[in-house]
Parts: sequence; structure tokens; C-alpha cells
Amino acid sequence: MSVPLRPPRRLIEITVDGEAMRVPEGDTLLDACQTAGKDIPTLCYGDTLNPKNACRVCVVEVEGARTLAPACSRKAEPGMVVKTDSDRARHSRKVVLELLGSSVDLSTTPNAKEWMAEYGADPARFGEDAATVAEPPKVDNDLYVRDYAKCILCYKCVDACGEQWQNSFAISVAGRGFDATISTEFDAPLTDSACVFCGNCVEVCPTGALSFKNEFDMREAGTWAEDRQTQTTTICSYCGVGCNLTLHVQDNTIVKVTSPHDNPVTHGNLCIKGRFGFQHVQNVASDG
Amino acid sequence: MDLRFRDAEPTAEERAAVDALLGAPSSAWDGGDRTEFDLRFATQAPRVARDRRDLLLPALHAVNDRVGWISEGTLDYICRRLTIPPAEAYSVATFYSLFSVKPRQARVLHVCTDLACAAKGAEAVRRDVEERFGPPGVSWQPSPCLGLCERAPAALAIEAGDPPVNAVYGPCSVGQDWPATTEEPPVEAAVPQTRPRRDEASVSDDGGGSGPDGLVLLRRIGVVDPLSLDDYRATGGYTGLRRAFELGPTGVIREVLESGLVGRGGAAFPTGRKWEATARQLDRPHYLVCNADESEPGTFKDRVLMEGDPFALIEAMTIAGYANGCALGYLYLRGEYPRALRRLENAITVARSRGLLGDDILGQGFSFDIEIRRGAGAYICGEETAIFNSIEGFRGEPRTKPPFPVEKGLFGKPTVVNNVETLVNVPHILEMGAAAYAAVGTSSSTGTKLFCVSGTVERPGIYEVPFGATLRDLLDLAGGATGELRAVLLGGAAGAFVRADELDIPLTFEGTRAAGATLGSGVVLVLNDTVELPGVLLRIAEFFRDESCGQCVPCRVGTVRQEEALHRLSKRRDEGDLVLLREVGQAMRDASICGLGQTAWNAVESAIDRLGVFTAKESS
Repeated sequence: MSVPLRPPRRLIEITVDGEAMRVPEGDTLLDACQTAGKDIPTLCYGDTLNPKNACRVCVVEVEGARTLAPACSRKAEPGMVVKTDSDRARHSRKVVLELLGSSVDLSTTPNAKEWMAEYGADPARFGEDAATVAEPPKVDNDLYVRDYAKCILCYKCVDACGEQWQNSFAISVAGRGFDATISTEFDAPLTDSACVFCGNCVEVCPTGALSFKNEFDMREAGTWAEDRQTQTTTICSYCGVGCNLTLHVQDNTIVKVTSPHDNPVTHGNLCIKGRFGFQHVQNVASDG
Repeated sequence: MDLRFRDAEPTAEERAAVDALLGAPSSAWDGGDRTEFDLRFATQAPRVARDRRDLLLPALHAVNDRVGWISEGTLDYICRRLTIPPAEAYSVATFYSLFSVKPRQARVLHVCTDLACAAKGAEAVRRDVEERFGPPGVSWQPSPCLGLCERAPAALAIEAGDPPVNAVYGPCSVGQDWPATTEEPPVEAAVPQTRPRRDEASVSDDGGGSGPDGLVLLRRIGVVDPLSLDDYRATGGYTGLRRAFELGPTGVIREVLESGLVGRGGAAFPTGRKWEATARQLDRPHYLVCNADESEPGTFKDRVLMEGDPFALIEAMTIAGYANGCALGYLYLRGEYPRALRRLENAITVARSRGLLGDDILGQGFSFDIEIRRGAGAYICGEETAIFNSIEGFRGEPRTKPPFPVEKGLFGKPTVVNNVETLVNVPHILEMGAAAYAAVGTSSSTGTKLFCVSGTVERPGIYEVPFGATLRDLLDLAGGATGELRAVLLGGAAGAFVRADELDIPLTFEGTRAAGATLGSGVVLVLNDTVELPGVLLRIAEFFRDESCGQCVPCRVGTVRQEEALHRLSKRRDEGDLVLLREVGQAMRDASICGLGQTAWNAVESAIDRLGVFTAKESS
């Protein structure tokens, strides 16, 4: 994939975990840490979206600062001394994982289990009566499902639906505090809302709270098996834009369509046709 | 932007309420009836409307004031008028606790159950109201601090209509009547320091310096008619602004810097440095925001200033606008302060008509005006960046810093945000000179400070003392605690407790910091031995849970877990829960986005560590 070149940027010097390094001006601490090979967990960070830094799982310690800094959004400044693995940073990550794990269903969140183990997080410590965001999944259309029991309120779907990508503004955050949820106006069904069913919110959801109906049904039925799936990237044939489609195929059937985030034109976004219009490929009459 | 609506229509009354604020729609493109012309020609109306997103909150207020709640039809109509996606308008409407998107009665009684009122028996009043009016949410609801702490336990009734009617009750008692209107006591009733002098007070003051009993900020409270500009000018009003014009903007900033004035809202940032940084930004326009969203439980000093001496704030904002190069200042006022709103509106109108606001003020070629924006029940909107989002018509969620307001604040422009009390100091600094101002108080906390004394104390109210007075001095001034003094909460819900044997703490920023406490917004909540401390802590935890905006995980979930742990601890002591509180508290303090989450554990921590609540030392 060709990536457009950016104008050269001045290099600034920072220290990460005791090692001096030079990073391009304007890079975030997360960029710098990834360059240095540090593994920092992220949840609300999206590679195609502006950082919202809401989840606070990526916090690092910056020398001289009163509080911890979210690596995903804090820009590197000359002379910054950053500790990615200090006790304070690890403690906050552990507690954030515990707070999320105790209130949200993280069963389909990639890496959640590994991070919990790495940081020694024990969500069960808040007791059985700990409040959760559990609610039944919202199934109000044939294309995708909103299971807000799995929602960590990272705002990525809102940003993708709104001004950062789709400009549909069908959903936003309603309510306040622990009771806040992602919602359409007056909690109307999606089919009554401004939703255009592009599925770009599903593309950026980090926890599986938003999932394609097909995947949701297969998971319910117990037939969803990622280890049996192949991924093939091809070009959408519906129009002349030429968006990339990644077809997830299980048992010779397309089960899901995503799009590569590093595509310099579409950045992982598709329209309803590219995202959902694949049934004709496998609509073969049973008698051959 | 392609907006999509369902088929809900506003009632005539709802439409009239919105049109009264926004004017009639110009075409179908901004919410009017569709005509033949609209089908053929697009207009610029949506584009113009889109630039007025900041009118969303006033529009929601307009409907809520008139009808008492916000229906889907109204919300859609507002969205058409301002070209706002309905999902976003809904998200804003549901952010504020004074709005309801479900039908409710026109008259809603807000019963304060917060710290100062709880110490005076608010729980019994709440139970009584619940027995008589049924479950909360329809005709009454429990409320966080209403800023009426000197009249605790207090309540506020808001009755929608044209015009809306408010009634303030306090001190409330079990079984009392809730008449439709009430006669509110004069504002000076909240200022015991002026009370004895009320009769012989005259308006022919010396025209500057301090008033009765060495009062500076409070010198006009109860002395002048808060509606009269002439009274204000006769007592030295607008000499500060004249002095400012003599000094020029940089001269004003120099005076403020040299006076050592620091912010009174809680963070104690040097005001002069903030102004210096804003004034030198090249990006234009600059904005001034006066933070009058006073919501820290136990704080009511700004209300007293605004109700008793509203012109002082108008003059102070004008000076701040002049020094910082602002043409427009926003006064973000708490939604629960109806009397302050009326008096400020009057002050702005009168000042405008006398050439003290608007174009070419005092013939100096300086133009400045003030717009009042009402909050709608959200503590978080007092955070200096959340206030921008709220004014701009978005959810009042704090922004990430950097960039700081001095660079990118309101509407992305350089903005100076100051608390009411901070601003009101400025005319006095200019009148008396920086050196004279700095001579009062201590070397790092200069001037005088307003303290909001409430709880179980003989004479609750606002007290003005020079920095450096001790907590004991202040309590003596207020007549001492009623009953056996148990503890004092300094700084409000985000503050810290001190013990009865720690009353020699000097009330300065450095003194309280050294003692591991904070001055915060000047809350001094006195608790005697009849007040159950675990209950106070629970109320604090409940407050933060209710007021967390929900943006970041440590605060959104942490405040809930803190409250759950305190619930368990109030039933039985458990080491595990104390460890849990500490760990969650540390993460909230370290990893939350804004000051709300960062301080949500302060008071609970100090109660455990200093007062020994929930530990072996605790006897109750």
C-alpha cells in the first residue's frame, strides 16, 4: 500500500524509560513509545480517529507533571522524561481495567484478558453487587446490532458517525456519568434515525459492542470461529471509487467485510453497499 | 448537513418560546413553513443558523422555562432552527439535570440534600416531601447544593410559565407549607458582618478603600440598592474602570500582577499571569468568560456578591475585557440562581443605557459587552474548559489540556476565564493600588478572602477576612460551633476535613496546603458531634457520582465504586474496602481528565486519615 509522504519534520529529543530518543515534532507519546518498542495498552485510541483519551488505559508518567498523561494524545515536547512502566502508571492501568472489567462485558474485547493478566487486574474485587451497564442487545435492523452491555463509552462510534468521517450524526452520548449511553435522539430505533448503515461505527468499535448482525447471530449460535476464517483484501466493484474490502471468509462463505485502516483514501470507511452487499456472491441456488 | 427528523411537531406554545429567543424563521430552510420559493431556491439560512450553535442551550432553557420539559417536537424544531442534528441536541439536553426530556409537572421543587443542608436536617425534609408528593422526578427532586447554605436546609421551586416563577424556601422544616411564591430575605441576611451596621449605614461612603468593619468585597452588600447604578457610583463604583483607562491595558495587567491576586475559584492560579498570557496572543478575537457556575457544595459567596453588588461584577468584567483585549464577555451563571440572574440582567441593561457597556465606553474608544449564559444544573460546567463546551452548545465535558484556554479557549480563541470573586477584586486593586492591596494578607496570599461558613455554626453566612486569619478566628467571628465541634470540611466536596484540634491552621493558600488541606472555593462547613460522618462521606460520594460527566473511565466508574464501598463501610468495617477505596482514589487522582475526578477522593481520604472514620480509632 502506498502511503503519501509527509513533509519532513524537525526531530526533538525525549527520554523514554531512561533511553534518549529522537522523535518527529508533533508525534504523540504513543507514537514515540511504539517506535521504541514499548507495549502500551489502548482501548479508545483509534488509528483513524482523533484521540478522545477517554479510557485512560494508556496513561504514562511524565516527569514534573502532577497527574499522569494519556500517551495517545499528549504530544512529545523537547526534554520530556517519560516513564511507561512506573508503579503509578501500572497502578492506574490496573484500576482502569478493573473498573471496566467490573462494569462492562469485555468478553469480545481483543487483548483484554491478556492485559488483565499482565497488570494483575481483578474486576471481581468490587463484589457481586457492583453496578454494571448491562442491558439487552438492541436489534432493530438487519445489518448491525448494538450490544451496549459491552460499551466502554470510548466515543469512537460517535466520532466516526459524526464530523470525523460519515457526517451522519445519527448517534451521540445521552445522559451523564455512569448512566451515559450511546443513543439516537429519544432512543429512537436506528431505522428512524439519520443512520445510513455505512457500518463505519462497527469498524472502529474496540469491544464488539457494535457488531454485524451476521457475526452477532453466528456468535449466538456458537458457529463463529475466527481461527477458521481467512481474510482476503480485494476491491469493491459497486462504483468507481475503488475502496478496499477485506472479506472474512469462513467455510467458503463471506461472514464479514472490513476495510484496511491504512488505505490512504478511505481509512477503513465504506458505504452500505461495500460493507453489507455481499450476499449475492453466495446466493447460489441449492440445486446448483 | 442533511438532517433527518421523525414526525414530531412542537405545540404552538413550544414554538412561540423558541421563536421568542431566535425570532421567526426566515424560510423552510431554517424551520419555517415550506413555500413555493423554498422549493426552488436554497438560502443561506442554514449556514447562518449553524454558526449560532451556541444558542442551543438558551433555546433549551426557553422551552424548559415556558413548558417545564423538552418534547421531541420541540427538540426537532430547535434543531431545524439552528441546523443541529437531533441526536446531538438530545445528548446536550440530557446532560443537564434541570432539563427533562420526559413530561413532568410545570412546578418542580428542588430539595437540597447536600452537605450544608444535610447537617441541618435536610434528610427529614426530603422524607417528608417524598411522603407528601410521591416519588421524585415528577413534582419534586432531590438537588445538589443550591448555594443557599446560610438558610439550610433549603429548597427552590421552579415553575414553568410565561414568565417562569421561582420560590426559595429556607430554613425548611418538616410539615411546612410550600407556597407558590415566597418573600426572599434581603441578601445582607447572608452577611452577618454587616448586620449590626445596617441601620446607620449610609451611601455617602468615602468613595474607595474599605467599608464597614474593614470589608472590601462585601462593603456594599446591604448598604447600596443592588438595582441602582447611582448608588454604586456614589460608593466608589467605576473609579476602578476610570483608573484602568488611565493605566492602559498593560498597566492594568501590571497592577494585577503586582497585587499578587490569585484565582478564588479553587485552583489559586495567579490572575496576572493568566491575563498576561492571554493579552499577548496574536489570534483574535479574545474572549472573557466569567465563571459564575458556583456549584461546589457549601459555596454561596458568588451568589451573595452578584445579588448584593451586581454592578461590581459588571465593572470588573469590563476592566478584564479592556486589559485582555476582549470585545465580548460571557457571564456563565448557575441555573439555580434566579435572583442573581434578575439583578445582573438589570445591571447590564442599566450599564448599557448609561454608556458603561457597548460601544465607546466612557468615550475611551473601547467597546465591550456582556452576554449572560445560564447553566442548567451541571457542576462540571464550572471546570474551565467544560464551560466553553457548554457555552458553545455542546455537552459540558472538559477538554484535554494542553492546549490551555489562554491559547485555545471559547470558540477556539484565546480566552481568559475568571471566577466572580477573583474579578470583583480587580476594581479594588486599581482603586487602592497594587502595593496597598498586597499589603493586606500574607506574602503569598494577598488581599481578603470570602469564606462560606455553614453547617452547625451559630451565625452561618459569608465572612470576609484578610488572608492569614486562622480557622479559629473565623469560627469565633461566626459565633462558634453549635454543640461539640467534631470536624470542619474546608474547600467543599473536593476539599478536606480538619479536626477540632487543628483550628490554628492559617486560612491562606500556603497554610492550608502545608496542613494537607485546601482553601478551595472558601467553604468552611462546620460539623458537630450530632452529624454522622459516614453519612456525610456518602453524600460526598453520591455528589461526585451524580456530577461526573462520564467522559473518562477512572471518574465515571471510579465514583460509582467509591460510593458502593462507602455504602458497605457504613454498615460494617472492612480492611479490604479501605484498600479498595485507596486504590480507586489514587487512580482517579492520577488518571482522570479533569479536576472533578482528580479531587473526588480528597474528602473521603482526609476523613479516613485525619478523622479516623472507619478505622479502629473511630468510636461512633
